[in-house]
Parts: sequence; structure tokens; C-alpha cells
Amino acid sequence: MREFWKFKALLFELVLRDIKIKYRRSVLGVLWTVLNPLLMMTVLYLVFSRLFRFDIDNYAIYILSGQVIFNYYQSATTDAMMAILGNASLIKKVYLPKYMLVLAKILSGAVNLAASFLALTAVMALTGGRPGLTLFFAVIPFSCLIVFSFGAGLFLAAVTVRFRDILHLYSVFCTVLFYLTPVIYPFSILPDYMRKVVYYNPVTGMTDIFREIVMGGSAPDPGRTLYCVLAALLMLGIGAAVFKRRQKWFILDM
Amino acid sequence: MGRQIIEAKNISMKYNLASEKIDNIKEYFVKRIKGNISYDILWALKGVNFRMEAGESVALIGLNGSGKSTFLKILAGVLEPTEGEVWRGGTLAPLIELGAGFDIDLTARENVWLNGAILGHSRAVMREHYEEIVEFSGLKKFMDTPLKNFSSGMLARLAFSVMTFGTPDILIVDEVLSVGDFTFQEKCKERIRRMRENGTAILLVSHSMEQVREICTRAVWLEKGIIRRDGPCQEVTEEYLLRGEG
Repeated sequence: MREFWKFKALLFELVLRDIKIKYRRSVLGVLWTVLNPLLMMTVLYLVFSRLFRFDIDNYAIYILSGQVIFNYYQSATTDAMMAILGNASLIKKVYLPKYMLVLAKILSGAVNLAASFLALTAVMALTGGRPGLTLFFAVIPFSCLIVFSFGAGLFLAAVTVRFRDILHLYSVFCTVLFYLTPVIYPFSILPDYMRKVVYYNPVTGMTDIFREIVMGGSAPDPGRTLYCVLAALLMLGIGAAVFKRRQKWFILDM
Repeated sequence: MGRQIIEAKNISMKYNLASEKIDNIKEYFVKRIKGNISYDILWALKGVNFRMEAGESVALIGLNGSGKSTFLKILAGVLEPTEGEVWRGGTLAPLIELGAGFDIDLTARENVWLNGAILGHSRAVMREHYEEIVEFSGLKKFMDTPLKNFSSGMLARLAFSVMTFGTPDILIVDEVLSVGDFTFQEKCKERIRRMRENGTAILLVSHSMEQVREICTRAVWLEKGIIRRDGPCQEVTEEYLLRGEG
């Protein structure tokens, strides 16, 4: 922990670097963080509010809110997976707490998550919704999601150093996970045997409570919230344990 | 006797030079089942004991592959030894490779901050020393230029300046002093001399015996992972030059 405080400036610099580099040399710069999800969402909104629809109220917002959660999970963990391999030359030369590199990716993703959320509320406001104070409850699913992704990221980063196969497998895994999460479809269309699997998928849990807040305008269901918190802590525990056990081999495996 | 600042006890380091590098799952399981994951084992260091006192300046000499760099990395905490323990009693500035933490897409200014953070300095410390760093590098005009437009000499200047500001308790230098033009080299040597006067312990790896004698008072000669001699700089370097290959 003392080490964490010593290196907190590092975390800050790494996150700052990610954001700066992403928008370097673009005219609008950091504005893109918000503009990009806003434009994406507008397109999706137009497509899904007219063309396709399931029997769901406000299907467009349903899809957008699901995407906010899932996109974060996917992009943050994918970035985190490369955090160690991508910084091989650094790790070989300087001592630094290696989990910081993973955490930095998770947090720079969180900046985009916040921006997407902002864009989502903007779309809601523009399309006749009334975003209220209950939106502040979104901190709950977001925290769960970030902790959960951090755990998954630690695990992925550690195992990819040993087996590069994971890099390729993981994108397939994410596609599977996408269809096991009710992002574009409603839970009710699932056949019975799939319901359990989808229901207990932690990302579904986080999507559910997020939607309850965004679309229902209420505080999330306590039981479901508890499930998300536990899933997040468990994932963090697993990720941290694997990472800790493997980290002294990183240099030798790269 | 000064205050002890670094102590390494019985350090051994084993490398598995997998005869073929296994980095995918299929190969791993195939080999596992066949039971022939074969490793060539290399002991880069074998039971090395080493200690240093505050303000001492020690040279680490030896042929290529004698374990010098491995040893420095273990002392710096970059590598974890297979056996043995390292104790450090102060802040450490590792000059193992210049610009290891640089990001060429960022400007020099941003890189100074990033690198400071990588070395574990807080923003307050960096604010305090920023001017000094820029001043020393002599690159004031270029601080807003992205590093990809820097020449290698400029990179080295910047890196050396960021990595050696302030007065660390221990400075580890791995063959990086031959960078930059001669004026900058002089400046580097001058800075190291000043640090030594301020009580920084210096551990230097170099193949230039001239440089070693100039900077250090004690020399440690590593051979095939074992300390062959440890003593006054002049004596050890003379013997090393005489017996080098033998």
C-alpha cells in the first residue's frame, strides 16, 4: 500500500498519456472523448428506434445503456491484457509496481466510460427522457464494473505473458460473452436452459442494475447489486492472486 | 565504517533458456504430455555476497556474460533473484538504460513528468526539480517537441537529466556514460562527481578501465557469476586487464 502512494503520480501520468496520445493532432482534441460516443449513439439511436425493434419500451436507450457497460468491459480488459507485454522494454529496465500498468489501462477506460455515460444522458435528454438525480446511482454499477474489469485485466495480462494464444482467444471469448449478455436482446426471449447462464453472467448483472437506474429511474435492486459486488470482488481476488504469483516471471517470459 | 546502504546476501540467479521458446498453449501441452520440456539451465549468478556503504563508489567489472547486468537489475529490484535477498537502505536511481520509459509520441516536457513518475517521484518533487532538469539537459528550446523528432544524443541528454536529478542515496550506472557529445559527457561526469561528494553511493558498470579508475575507489570483478576479486580499484583493474581472458 505504501508503494501505491509512492507511485500514485505514475498512475496519473499513465492515464494522462493514454488520453493525450489518443487524441493528439486532432483539431478537437480531448473533446472527442465525449463527441465520439455521442455520435456513435446517435447513429445507433436512429437505427434502433426506427428499424429493428423488440417489444421493449424505448429500445434505443435499452441498447445504448447495454453497450455502455459491455463496451467498457471489452475495451478495458483488452487494453489491460496488453499492459504488461506492451511495456516489456520498460519493465525490463526499471522497477515499478507492475499492476499499475494494468490499473492505468482500466482507469483510462473509465474516463471513456464516464464520457459515454455523459453522452447517454445527453441522448436521453434530447429524445424526451428526463434524466433525474437517480442517475447518480450509476456510480454503483460502474464501480462494480471497474473492479470486475480490473480483476479480469490482471488475470489476462498475467496469462498472456506466458501464452500469447490468449490474445487471439480473448476476442472470440468476448463475442461469446456479448451474446451471453442481454445487450441487444431482451432477457425474455431466451429459452429456459439459457436463462440461468445469462442471468448469472456478472456483466449481465451490472447491465441490469445500470438499466434499472437509467431506464427505471430508481435505485437498483439490493439483491442483484450484492451479486454484482461479490462477483467483482471475487474476480479481483482471482486476478490479483494469479498476477501476484506470476509477476516475477514476467521479465523472464518476455 | 560508513552507514551500510545496500546489502545482497547469497544471490543466485537461474535462467531457463528453453531450448525452444514455448509461448503457446498447444506446444506447452504437447511437450508436457511428452514430458520433454527441456531447458538449458544457466546460473548467471552463483551465491554472490555484496555490500556497499553510503558514499562509496564501486565499479563492477567483468567480461560479457559474467552476470554484471543481471546483478545490477537484481540490486535495482527489476529482477527477483532465484535465491538470496537484497536489502536497500535508501532511494535508488537506476541508470540501466537511458530513456527506458520514454514515449516518443509525447513531448519532451511530458516525458520528463512521465519518467519522473516511473521512477517513483511525486508531482511535488517533480515541480520542484523541473527547471533544474531542463537546465541540465540544455534542451530548453525543445521541451515542446515530440521525442520522435529528437536525435539520439538529445534523447540521451534528456534521459540522463531526468534520471539523475536531486541526490539519490544510490546511483546505478550501466554503461551509459558514453552518450552525447564530449561537452555533455563532461557534464555527466561532473554531476556524478558532485553526487558522490553529496554522499550518493555509486555503482558503475563499465568496460572502460580509465573511466572506472576515474570515478571509483573500489572494484568488484565478476567472472561467470562469481565474485573473483573485490578490492581497491587500481589493484583489481590491473589484475583484470592482465588476466582478462584467462
